[in-house]
Amino acid sequence: MTELVPVLTATWGSEQSWSLDTYTKAGGYAPLKKALGMAPTDIIQSVKDSGLRGRGGAGFPTGMKWGFLPPDDGGPRYLVVNADESEPGTCKDIPTMLAAPHALVEGVAITSFAIGCNHAFIYIRGEVAHVHRRVQQAVREAYEAGHLGKDIHGSGFDLDVTVHAGAGAYICGEETALLDSLEGRRGQPRLKPPFPAVAGLYARPTVVNNVESVASVPSIIGNGVDWFTAMGTERSKGMGIFSLSGHVQRPGQYEAPLGITLRELLQLAGGIREGHELKFWTPGGSSTPMFTEDQLDTPLDYEAVGAAGSMLGTRALQIFDETTCVVRAVTRWTEFYKHESCGKCTPCREGTYWLTQILKRIEGGRGTQADIQQLLDTCDSIAGRSFCALGDGATSSIISSVKLFREEYEAHVEQGGCPFDHAASALFEYSDTPATEEAHA
Amino acid sequence: MTYDETTLAQLTEDAAAIIARYPVKRSALLPMLHLVQSVDGFVSPDGIQFCADRLELTAAEVSAVATFYTQYKRRPNGEYQVGVCTNTLCAVMGGDRIWDELSDHVGVGHDETTEDGKITLERLECNAACDYAPVMMVNWEFFDNQTPESAKQVVDDLRAGKDVAPTRGPATVCSFKQVSRVLAGFDDGRANEDQGAGEATLAGLEAAKGQGWEASK
Repeated sequence: MTELVPVLTATWGSEQSWSLDTYTKAGGYAPLKKALGMAPTDIIQSVKDSGLRGRGGAGFPTGMKWGFLPPDDGGPRYLVVNADESEPGTCKDIPTMLAAPHALVEGVAITSFAIGCNHAFIYIRGEVAHVHRRVQQAVREAYEAGHLGKDIHGSGFDLDVTVHAGAGAYICGEETALLDSLEGRRGQPRLKPPFPAVAGLYARPTVVNNVESVASVPSIIGNGVDWFTAMGTERSKGMGIFSLSGHVQRPGQYEAPLGITLRELLQLAGGIREGHELKFWTPGGSSTPMFTEDQLDTPLDYEAVGAAGSMLGTRALQIFDETTCVVRAVTRWTEFYKHESCGKCTPCREGTYWLTQILKRIEGGRGTQADIQQLLDTCDSIAGRSFCALGDGATSSIISSVKLFREEYEAHVEQGGCPFDHAASALFEYSDTPATEEAHA
Repeated sequence: MTYDETTLAQLTEDAAAIIARYPVKRSALLPMLHLVQSVDGFVSPDGIQFCADRLELTAAEVSAVATFYTQYKRRPNGEYQVGVCTNTLCAVMGGDRIWDELSDHVGVGHDETTEDGKITLERLECNAACDYAPVMMVNWEFFDNQTPESAKQVVDDLRAGKDVAPTRGPATVCSFKQVSRVLAGFDDGRANEDQGAGEATLAGLEAAKGQGWEASK
């Protein structure tokens, strides 16, 4: 049995867990003081050696990302924290910032020192008011305690931190769209190269890191590289927060070494909803191809999940039992991508529109068998041909669900409607009446 | 512009504070649009012109940005923005039914406001609280584990002018204008208010405690 390892989550149950006082009493900000006594290149090397990989979905090695910054030319360089958590199923950064915002602030300070940044930004999605209050307060407290500001703890290092609110756009989780948004523009992705490391915020060298990646840095500096690499698997080191949601007994945040399996996590979460069984699940949010019970024992690390045909993504484990109509689930995700497509590139903008039309037709019982092939053909025109990963993500659940549950799509066509009782999937009782057809505006 | 002198003076002072947070002033645009909503309850033509003047942009450039983001409202918004998550997971767990019943109960549809100006309803995309599905948000505070009855009760209480507490977050839900000011980056002194971390947030920690597991040091 893989044991849970509460590191980032360890203090979440404490009294006023979000306060500087609670965080400091638990050892917080000691890693910052240690880091300020190190050479910045040594901090970068430690993070490289730790094997920490981006916790925001793509899994790119964090230390390597830092190392891509060009040599100091005397001009500004920036750290931007991606706190725009919006991928369906993903719900780890929001509780992190609510319960322990100082882990993020300390991580920002250490990372900034390591990469030579004097002004960092935390870009938080706008739809979470209390998270803004908590992070804004944590930054204020950190300034007052001398963890931010001028000449931090006598090191000569200066750092300002700006907390910034987004305004409702999933695409701003894409790092270059986030930068455009932070510059006061429509959040549309940029052509890469140049990568943000070379020309990011205000065309200056910029590191964009996810909340959990940055919040993990103090523990690595404080406890050491060996401590971190003792957790996880060969190429996926350390701990990560696994977010279980859906038809499980005890959904929630489970912090575990990378490589834990869904079977183990389900055991800790009390199993699937009473009297039901697992039908399908996403390993890393709605943009990752879905799995079934066949992958219950797949180690949830970057390599094994990839080898099994999906992606570890954000470890957003959305669990659906046998009452769930996969066509309904996929249609709704596709409507989401259509709604969130930024419109910049044609394959994604037009493709997600047509995918939605076809899926709604099938789900509503007005589809044909040829529509199923048309879906896959349309996916072919989007995946790998879009400007950014949003388009690719939109096709993942469609392609994987047709592969795994083609007969369910066919049943919608043959029966002229959905064979499932939607009420059976809900967590409260009601008698089924047709759902509204109202589209997202 | 039709702002009175006092309002304009306050807006100007607040805008200066926002602009001072950034090395390049155009970055202030998103928080400034939240600021405009905190005064007007939506992104008004006056507010667009105000942002344009402060940031040396055209009104067209400001509008182009404002219309990209769903949180910026183009018509006067209700005092309470009530959103029901109908993305896949919440929808399947009951969000679709909550939406249907709530929309029937309130008598308005997506992006529509009740005649009394109290409630604007919205079908939400994922709000990063999937472990509490089905989720509803009121002025961007969390209402977790909802049912059609609980959702209708919240809205009835809001319309009756009662204080309403979210399941996670501050002691009460504030108004749309007030929350817009928080998003513009101004402290409302409520960060320490709390309704508890939440059962799902602590589920893994409790499971680890139950087994006597701790991360090594």
